[in-house]
Amino acid sequence: MSQFLLLAVVLAAMAFAFQVGRNRAIRTAGGPTGIKDLHSLPAYYGWYVAIWAGLPALLVLLAWVGLEERIITLLLVQGLPPSLTEGLSDGRVGLLVNDIKNLATGGITSGDPTPAVQAAAERYRRWLGIADAARWALVLVVVLGGLSVAWRRLSPAFRARNRVEATLLGILVLFSSIAILTTLGIVLSVLFESVLFFQRVPWTEFLFGTQWSPQIALRADQVGASGAFGAVPLFTGTLLISAIAMLIAVPIGLLSAIYLSEYAAPRLRAWSKPTLEVLAGIPTVVYGFFAALTVAPFMRELGESIGLDVASESALAAGAVMGIMIIPFVSSLSDDVINAVPQSLRDGSYALGATQAETIKRVILPAALPGIVGGVLLAVSRAIGETMIVVMAAGLAANLTANPLESVTTVTVQIVTLLTGDQEFDSAKTLAAFALGLTLFAVTLTLNVIALHIVRKYREQYE
Amino acid sequence: MNSTATAPRRPIDIVNASLKRRYGAERRFRWLGLIAVMLGLGFVALLLVSIVSKGYTAFWQTYIQLPVTLSAADIDPKGVITAADTAAETRRKALVRANFRTPVRDALRAQFPDVSGRTDRRALNALISGGAALQLRHLVSEDPALIGTEQTLWLVADDDVDMFMKGRSTPIDEQPGAGEARPSAATGDITLTAAADDFTRITTSVRGFLERRTERLDRDIARLERILADLAGEGAQISAAMDDADAAARDRLEDRAARVDDRSGQIARKLERTRGEREALGARLAAAAAGEPLALSDEMPSFMVAINGGMVKVQEATADRLSGTVVSTLASADPAPPGTWRLLELRTPEDDRRLSDRQVAWIWQLEQRGLIEQRFNTLFFTNGTSREPELAGIAAALVGSFYTLVLTLLFSFPIAVGAALYLEEFAPKNRFTDLIEVNINNLAAVPSIVFGLLGLAVFINVFGVPRSTPLVAAMVLTLMTLPTIIIASRAALKAVPPSIREAALGVGASPLQTQFHHVLPLALPGMLTGTIIGMAQALGETAPLLMIGLIAFIVDIPGGLTDPATVLPVQIFMWADSPERGFVERTSAAIMILLAFLVLMNLAAVLLRRRFERRW
Amino acid sequence: MSTTAEAIDTNTGNLRAADFDGERAFEGTLGDITTREPRMECRAVNVWYDANHAIREVSLDIGKHEVVAMIGPSGCGKSTFLRCLNRMNDTIPAARVTGSIKLDGREVLDRGIDVVPLRAQVGMVFQKPNPFPKSIYENIAYGPRIHGLVNHKSELDELVETSLKRAGLWNEVKDRLGQPGTGLSGGQQQRLCIARTIAVSPEVILMDEPCSALDPIATAVIEELIAELKQDYSIAIVTHSMQQAARVSERTAYFHLGDLLEVGATAQIFEDPQHHLTRAYVTGRFG
Repeated sequence: MSQFLLLAVVLAAMAFAFQVGRNRAIRTAGGPTGIKDLHSLPAYYGWYVAIWAGLPALLVLLAWVGLEERIITLLLVQGLPPSLTEGLSDGRVGLLVNDIKNLATGGITSGDPTPAVQAAAERYRRWLGIADAARWALVLVVVLGGLSVAWRRLSPAFRARNRVEATLLGILVLFSSIAILTTLGIVLSVLFESVLFFQRVPWTEFLFGTQWSPQIALRADQVGASGAFGAVPLFTGTLLISAIAMLIAVPIGLLSAIYLSEYAAPRLRAWSKPTLEVLAGIPTVVYGFFAALTVAPFMRELGESIGLDVASESALAAGAVMGIMIIPFVSSLSDDVINAVPQSLRDGSYALGATQAETIKRVILPAALPGIVGGVLLAVSRAIGETMIVVMAAGLAANLTANPLESVTTVTVQIVTLLTGDQEFDSAKTLAAFALGLTLFAVTLTLNVIALHIVRKYREQYE
Repeated sequence: MNSTATAPRRPIDIVNASLKRRYGAERRFRWLGLIAVMLGLGFVALLLVSIVSKGYTAFWQTYIQLPVTLSAADIDPKGVITAADTAAETRRKALVRANFRTPVRDALRAQFPDVSGRTDRRALNALISGGAALQLRHLVSEDPALIGTEQTLWLVADDDVDMFMKGRSTPIDEQPGAGEARPSAATGDITLTAAADDFTRITTSVRGFLERRTERLDRDIARLERILADLAGEGAQISAAMDDADAAARDRLEDRAARVDDRSGQIARKLERTRGEREALGARLAAAAAGEPLALSDEMPSFMVAINGGMVKVQEATADRLSGTVVSTLASADPAPPGTWRLLELRTPEDDRRLSDRQVAWIWQLEQRGLIEQRFNTLFFTNGTSREPELAGIAAALVGSFYTLVLTLLFSFPIAVGAALYLEEFAPKNRFTDLIEVNINNLAAVPSIVFGLLGLAVFINVFGVPRSTPLVAAMVLTLMTLPTIIIASRAALKAVPPSIREAALGVGASPLQTQFHHVLPLALPGMLTGTIIGMAQALGETAPLLMIGLIAFIVDIPGGLTDPATVLPVQIFMWADSPERGFVERTSAAIMILLAFLVLMNLAAVLLRRRFERRW
Repeated sequence: MSTTAEAIDTNTGNLRAADFDGERAFEGTLGDITTREPRMECRAVNVWYDANHAIREVSLDIGKHEVVAMIGPSGCGKSTFLRCLNRMNDTIPAARVTGSIKLDGREVLDRGIDVVPLRAQVGMVFQKPNPFPKSIYENIAYGPRIHGLVNHKSELDELVETSLKRAGLWNEVKDRLGQPGTGLSGGQQQRLCIARTIAVSPEVILMDEPCSALDPIATAVIEELIAELKQDYSIAIVTHSMQQAARVSERTAYFHLGDLLEVGATAQIFEDPQHHLTRAYVTGRFG
């Protein structure tokens, strides 16, 4: 809570600095009548001072909040008597530290604390107090320091507006770079962990192995200590479900886009287009629920009634529901693409005496094909990356099959399974999730880049 | 087509001749399109109907009304709670320790004094939710003076009872007795004789069940016989082949013969068992035809008779006479005149439901006494999650979603607007800005789960942001929604005509002043629309949040941004995973609420767009 | 107010605002609208786009083996009228057409008439060349294929060749029939579109400013082509260029703000127009 209070104090200081800066600017210019002698409007001088007072302090505060816990924990571990930590794994030390912290903050601890632990807790409490005081002191000093620096620079000739605007522009550039930072963060995080993973499991086994059973025993000496990390069954499972989804989404999406843009009466179009788009706005967890509780049992019963053995977590159910989810995606992309085909081509075809269907099938669709292909690729990328539907409606067991009635698992399902539940951070099991994430990211990124490129080229062709 | 033979056909004749075929193709194509649209719309309808039909009942909850004695002996044996000088903390702890369960159980037992034996008592206690004790505790903590008094209270029923009351457990057919019924005794195993053929329904039902079973057995027998014959054929083939085979082949064949023998043995034994079963069934049916009583079992629909204020579970029946077990003591063994007693059929067999016949009998009696009813389910909106469906609510998830969304908005809106402003208005055309553009477009299509991995690896493990909190959730969702909002904001900025900028620059405003004073206000509605859509996306997002620990079981409503929390879609995910039937309707109801929020947000976006849409 | 009197008065060529206000009552067409061997006969054709009365009471014949040019300032409705002749206006939902247009004596505007065979008989070439994004061969083959005019590949090859030859394009493209039609130059594209139209063996070809997007040399080639094509087809051409009308057409019709003001032999229209507005237009006072 003290962080938020400090934050409020800094913000208040900024408001105060703004007033001070503005008033001083007016005064140095010789009162309200002298404002025209100032280089910038008085408010800019206020902003200038406020930025100096607030920005460095906020950065310091941010850094402090990020580092404080870590440094104190480090101190705490180093301060522990060697008898306590000797021979303990990092994880055990972590548990001990947690115990100490809980003891210090009055929480529940495991077992009765030993005197050494109690002493450590006492130290921890003391350090927390010191850190708190130091934070307040440091931040306030930075606020005052910034204030005084800015204060001394103020003079009528000072170009406050340019400085303020430069700062603002800098912030805008920073905001824009977040997109790059995000991509970088994604790449680095999955790459880093994947490299660790591939040090334990050769990448050839991962990419070409057909056995996937990542359940590693908790202790190294147990049976089956090394899991199998051949991801081929996951890739085929993902492809199978995506293929089913596309088989449903592409014809329905494309045909309904054609119907709505070429045939439908304006009134039908006016209400059915937004209604279809409702499908796009429904959260995927809802589709997952629908797949698991409505579609899968239905398909099972349907299969039973015609003598087919359908798994209760069949690829068909998950794929079908995913297909439904993707319909509006395909149809709105196709709609855009079809509308981009110039009217003159339609006219040319009609003028030769073609019927509407002939014009659509033989002129518009071939003309729109690149755009449609791009859209379908985007949809495929979406199907591959879709998580909730498969987590809820597809299986967990890696099953190398092309039979849609059986249960298969997918890359995303495995990522979720490996990373939820109890985990040690650098076990092969956890790292495998990042290797899968890397594969997923690489594949979808490639698909997206190709698809976006095709779509852009297509648009340029008719512009 | 004689014209082709005689004179060269004019093109127009060929065209005219092709018309029928071509218009057929046209019509078929058109139909195909219409079918596709209808399928799409049908899926929307199916999805919504399926959710609503499963979920609407969750807004009501079954309550049982009982006079509860809040006896001090159970709740406050030491008088700590009632004592005027007890400190608040001590009182709180005493309340947590106090036994509120016994008063609830005693009150229920008072309704059915004849229930005895551990199993039966446990079955009776199971009718009331564990939450009833919490209800009492809450009541007493509000007003300790209630201890020692008797209060008539509506207590939460167990989810199985709730499901039964909502008709999701078994359908019940009720039929008043046509003739007089004479019970042989008021308790224990009794017989019941009816003056009319009141029990033909039972016998028909049982006979129907047995006949269906016989048919199935007959089919099984036929199938097994066929397999056996096939195996015999195969065996014969093998022995024939064995005669002219070399040694190696002979070994293989012997192996096969052994396997075939093995299998034949298995099938023959199974066939024998099935035949035995079939014969026993046939004998029962024959005996029934001869007037012998038919016995009921737990695999068939159950029948009960409500008579003289008690209930009898039917074990055997003929058309006018049945024997059964009293599950709830009759007031007397007097003959019951026509119309005063009823025959109940529970169509789902006892084996296939969670409530036993006995429990159903109790519920039915409570219903007759007007002590059980469905009331608006406030718990659903005020509770956090729970292992018990009847106590599970969405309040914690809603608050979690609220915190997360507010934080996401606070993070993403300024960043997105700033980035859009820079990219659209200030950025020079160079490789750096190109890189940003490409990144934004690609991030919009990156699978959401990858953002979860980023959150886990970077925010939690590197920056040490606390796990499972709205804070880390908001950080991840911010990165996810940024592309959406940036793209919408840029479109809004593009829609502001250059003349506005020129006008502002023309009167000497600096570029930033131009943007903040003139362009931004005009683009704001469009930006807000994009932001709302981005927030709707964030509200429904689940997958990345699983990665960063939002999946924790959160009972308490989170109090701040760094408290462990969950959000609505994740709550839905967790409930959907629970096996209890009661959670199906809760999950659907939670989905309905989530969808309602999404509809509201999208509606707001549409209205905003309509209200401020400007044509230049 | 008598507009006829005024028209005579202003034969000197003075224009006034009233000539362009678009609200004048129809005053009839000067000259002879009929021709000796009519293929298409249009009588009292009116077109509305919603409430906008775009064509008023236009009557005009298009004869066999002749080129009829339609000239007039932009927005005068000549293109709209042309699009009525093969009912291309059907593709515009707001358009409404009344009156009578007959092709070889059969009514075209009847709701019951089928536009598919009509358009096979009355082909159209557009202002901007619009080849399909297919190969040159497929562009020509498209029409015959959909109408089922040919049964064998060899017949189709032959038809493609004759069509391209008649459009004067064969020698330029015979070695690259498989390449996309969109890769040709503007003039070639337009000739490709003409060849595409010819391939369905129409009786009438409508040309909507076919040369407006072309350079002078390409224009000259097309004009030669038109002169050849009129041996076999009736051609109605809308043009912005009076010189072009003078060069290619037998008869010329002058449209003004939705009215057909004057029709006559091309030489007469350009040398001795009867209406003062026709005169003003052909002498270049406005346009």
